Amino acid sequence: MREAIRRWLATLGGSPALPLTLDRRRIFVLPTGPGLAFGCALLAMLLTAINYTLSLGFALVFMLAGLGQVALLHAFRNLYALKLRETVPEPVFAGQHAGFPLWLDNDASRPRPALQLSMPGADRVTIDLAPKQSRVVLLNVPTTRRGWLSPARVTLDTRYPLGLIRAWSYAKPAQRCLVLPKPESGRPPLPATAAGEAGVRPSGDGSEEFASLRDHRAADSPRHVAWKTSARTPDAPLLTKQFEGSDGGDLWLDLAQLPATLSLEQQLSRLTGWVIDADAAGLHYGLALPGTRIAPASGPAHRARALRALALHGLPT
Amino acid sequence: MKWRRMTAPKVAAEPLDQARIAWLMAVAACALVPHGSHLPGWLIAVAALLFTWRLAQWKLGWPGASGLVKLLVVVACCAGVSLTFGRLFGREPGVALLTLMLVLKLHELRSTRDGHTVVLLGYFMLLTAFLYSQTPAMAAALGVSMTVITAALIALTGPPAAPRALLRHAAWMMAQALPFMLVLFVLFPRVPGPLWGLPLDAWSGTSGLSDSMAPGSISQLSLSGAIAFRARFEGDAPPARDLYWRGPVLSAFDGRTWRQGSSAQRIGDGLPHPVPGRALGYEVTLEPHNRNWLFALETVATLPADVRVSDDWQLLGRDGVRTRRRDRFESVLGARPGIEEWSGHLDAARQLPRDGNPRARQLAQTLRAASPADTVAAGLRLFRREAFVYTLTPPLLGEDGIDAFLFDTRRGFCEHYAGAFVFLMRAAGLPARVVTGYQGGERNEVDDYVVVRQSDAHAWAEVWLEGEGWRRVDPTAAILPSRIERGLADLPAGEPVPFVARVDLGWLRSLRHQWEAANNAWNQWVLSYDQQKQRELLSRLGMTQPDWRLMTIWLASLCALFALALTMWAMRRSVSADALARAWTAVDRALRPAGLGREAWEGPLDYAARVGRLRPDLAPTLAQACRLYADARYGAAPPAAAARELKACARALRRQRIPPRR
Repeated sequence: MREAIRRWLATLGGSPALPLTLDRRRIFVLPTGPGLAFGCALLAMLLTAINYTLSLGFALVFMLAGLGQVALLHAFRNLYALKLRETVPEPVFAGQHAGFPLWLDNDASRPRPALQLSMPGADRVTIDLAPKQSRVVLLNVPTTRRGWLSPARVTLDTRYPLGLIRAWSYAKPAQRCLVLPKPESGRPPLPATAAGEAGVRPSGDGSEEFASLRDHRAADSPRHVAWKTSARTPDAPLLTKQFEGSDGGDLWLDLAQLPATLSLEQQLSRLTGWVIDADAAGLHYGLALPGTRIAPASGPAHRARALRALALHGLPT
Repeated sequence: MKWRRMTAPKVAAEPLDQARIAWLMAVAACALVPHGSHLPGWLIAVAALLFTWRLAQWKLGWPGASGLVKLLVVVACCAGVSLTFGRLFGREPGVALLTLMLVLKLHELRSTRDGHTVVLLGYFMLLTAFLYSQTPAMAAALGVSMTVITAALIALTGPPAAPRALLRHAAWMMAQALPFMLVLFVLFPRVPGPLWGLPLDAWSGTSGLSDSMAPGSISQLSLSGAIAFRARFEGDAPPARDLYWRGPVLSAFDGRTWRQGSSAQRIGDGLPHPVPGRALGYEVTLEPHNRNWLFALETVATLPADVRVSDDWQLLGRDGVRTRRRDRFESVLGARPGIEEWSGHLDAARQLPRDGNPRARQLAQTLRAASPADTVAAGLRLFRREAFVYTLTPPLLGEDGIDAFLFDTRRGFCEHYAGAFVFLMRAAGLPARVVTGYQGGERNEVDDYVVVRQSDAHAWAEVWLEGEGWRRVDPTAAILPSRIERGLADLPAGEPVPFVARVDLGWLRSLRHQWEAANNAWNQWVLSYDQQKQRELLSRLGMTQPDWRLMTIWLASLCALFALALTMWAMRRSVSADALARAWTAVDRALRPAGLGREAWEGPLDYAARVGRLRPDLAPTLAQACRLYADARYGAAPPAAAARELKACARALRRQRIPPRR
């Protein structure tokens, strides 16, 4: 029951998608704890003024009441017409913090001080925007498991200027963060290639034997594109030459080769570590997962593709 | 635009930094200084000590007060307050304890929450300062204090900023709050206080006439220039010599002191009998004097609803006058009350102590004449004939004071003359009594109020004559007619004349009149703004039958109006930014039918360059439009002005694009 109420409360105010300009229907205002205390103090002061017939006491109390009203509008104004947008978060390894980047664009020629952003699970961030300033805030959420991590609803609030009134608004970022498997620590060294020690850079002098052609992928080295074949058929997609290395330079990271005593997550964790190692060593490596094969290649794009395959292996979508 | 990337800092329960602590100390200083004039000395010393200690801790890094020290201070100060005031509750002890709380809280500043407590205490201390003084100067001073406290509140919430910027921000917010304050002040239904019983000390320190008269009691008052009340006449003010403002009537004499008698105890709701004659209407604004006496001209003919009158024609309110009060009376000048006086009162008005003052009694027998009226005339003649001196510093009189005054010293003040005269009349067998009150008053040309001061306090006599009633006899007028004509300013040389009564400083007097008129306006319209004044003002503004419901509706509507205006102000900036975007779209719309629309990827300057190459005839206008937009959007140019010029450009382009390229 309580959980149901909490869930219902969490949906109040909606989850407006980004990018977003905060208009008056999206900004909510309520007094804070100190604001309520201020109200009680005003009541006590009003009673005192009535009791002692203090005309200037009335004036003081009414001035403070007016100040409360003005504080409300100033808090509202601090958020009003602020623009929010998001960019794609960088993939992180499980156990690290996923940083959801949220951009705040202040088009107004006034500063917007003391803006606070929070997301369930993330640390609260306070920033001040100068006039006409755009800043990006990373909402850091701890991660535990590989796969896609969807951001929760972001609350943007401010108590500026008097701290008596809180104005807030919600936004729901859509960009998910890819959480990669955690690289195994103390993992064994890279497995040996088919014909030689790991870590030995393939000679790459073209002595490998041509084996077959397949569709071109963005990560393929330009050296391996079948330019002649493609030139003959300009309308066909580019083809890539596949080689079977008699030089043994290609490293295959194959899930099936790992000891069966390890759980799937441990296996993925080890492979992730190996992908990092292989990439660091500048090796030409391929990845074989049940249902997925990534042909040997190297470079950051290849590394990202391999890690992504590892992160999403066996997960829906 | 600046582009900066930031990572999330950890935000825990924020401890207060040095700058914020400084602001809170400023709050305490602003809130406590106005109380310096009335707090007991030892408490001021303790507060100053604790404050200085905190300042040293802030500035020089001294160690803070430990919990034990604070506890000891609290216990000792509570004991001190209870010893000084006799209790821990009520106005004075309450203010003393608030002071203590505020300074001690400065030694307990751990979080923003503590800061908020200090700020709220500060606001409350400002309110209590008004218990002691509500002058315009005090109001201005507390307005400044309020700005400082509000700036501290901003400092607690916002990022670090220069003190000057925070003060300016606070002042700006207060300026915006001002309309709300004015509306609430005028329209908030005023409830007459007090809501609950007030401690006895609530109204200490007010001065005025007393309910008894011993030699010296009025002459003491006469040196005070304090204002007793102000009157405004409907029509021309009568001359000062006719203005006898009736106060307590003293008909019991014990040989030394005159006190109120039985006729003062009998209080009715209406006048004892109607007073015929041409009535003069006027309004009296009475300063608080903590008694329920009201002052009206002799002889009052019409009473306001909540004013009662005693058998000796003294006007009484329901409660002591603790705040300025305003009443409208009508009087018939020169009318004599009590033609058919109750014999009990007349008997009481003939009572004298069994013995004492034998020489005066003897003298009274020689005054007896054929008719009572002649006896009165003989008594007055006596004062005129003999060498009596009117002085504010009469010699002290011992036993048989009236004898000593009449035969030995012959120097006295109005109370001596009135007392002696009544004694003589009683000894001669006529019913007589002493009336105290105020005589005269000074007209202020600036606002036409007649100002009556404590120095106008006076005592005169009343003698009851068959078929005539109580006749006013002022023996002082017989000694020194100018006292009645022109007030105390004409005292014989060498007398200590009250400073405010001096006539020789003409320019000073006119300056004083200006100042007092301003003060009176402040009193009438700010400090005494009550239910009655509220009604008066609202009906003057055209609100017929202003009741609380109508007032609440007006109040809510006006507040809503101000809130709306403020909201529009809050949303104004972005509206002008949108106007810029709209104008920029208008430029695009003007050229798109000609196939010259802006591509999504094109910046304004690139767009101007491209179209300029295609259509040189449009180039100057478009270049100007694009420059305007770029400056307003990315530069410092004001968007509102740019939007207007941009719209003009769009119109020009729409004309120029013909013939369109098909």
